[in-house]
Amino acid sequence: MSQSYDRGTVEDFGRWRSFTAGMWAWIFHKFTGWVLIGYLFTHIAVLSTALAGETAYENTIVGLEGLAIVRLLEVGLLAVAVFHILNGVRLLFIDLGKGLEAQEESFYASLVLTGAITVASVPTFISGVF
Amino acid sequence: MAEHYSSFDRSGTRWLLQRLTAAFLVVVLAFHFFLLHFVNHAADVTFAGTSARMSTWTYFSLMVLFLLTATFHGVNGVYNTLVKRDGVDGWKQTAITAVLVVASLIMVVQGLRTALVWTNLF
Repeated sequence: MSQSYDRGTVEDFGRWRSFTAGMWAWIFHKFTGWVLIGYLFTHIAVLSTALAGETAYENTIVGLEGLAIVRLLEVGLLAVAVFHILNGVRLLFIDLGKGLEAQEESFYASLVLTGAITVASVPTFISGVF
Repeated sequence: MAEHYSSFDRSGTRWLLQRLTAAFLVVVLAFHFFLLHFVNHAADVTFAGTSARMSTWTYFSLMVLFLLTATFHGVNGVYNTLVKRDGVDGWKQTAITAVLVVASLIMVVQGLRTALVWTNLF
């Protein structure tokens, strides 16, 4: 006899223990998307210092890059961007009807690749600041 | 339980544009990160270096397209999350739409103004 039960909606975070890989992928994609659009506004604001002249632009960028916290945040930004890109590629394939049967595996692969690329990039991002 | 989770109605123009801009951004965002953090380092940035890159038509047009597509993709995603998926309507929908449109316009205008400071193409 078949048995069915309501596992709740993806927004019902109180039931996170029963979330499937697809639901986690949806949540991570939303979270990384919010971070990236927030960063885009910040990025344009920082680059806009070029409107105040060459010195203001260079002093702003070099000053920010001289802060260890900024370098660490950049590593976090890379992790967010890499996951959004890899999971985005996964979503594009799923939208094209490819890989739906392997969507859990491709989500885990996105996470592992994101971790590997992020860890490998740490030396580049923190060089010269510590 | 759904097989596929998405905030978008998979038939509209905004859904299609979100996918088209995604395909473009996957490549350009990766290129942008690689060029400005691994080939060149952000800590060594100079106005002259940025200006040299922005004074070639290929790079300039790529960055302008990057600005436009990233703004659309990000704001369209936010709009979809806040308005479509959450079922907001009436004056709240109008207010959210207005704020997002104004914010997008400010970002694009500010981005273009900055791009024009760097380039000597015009």
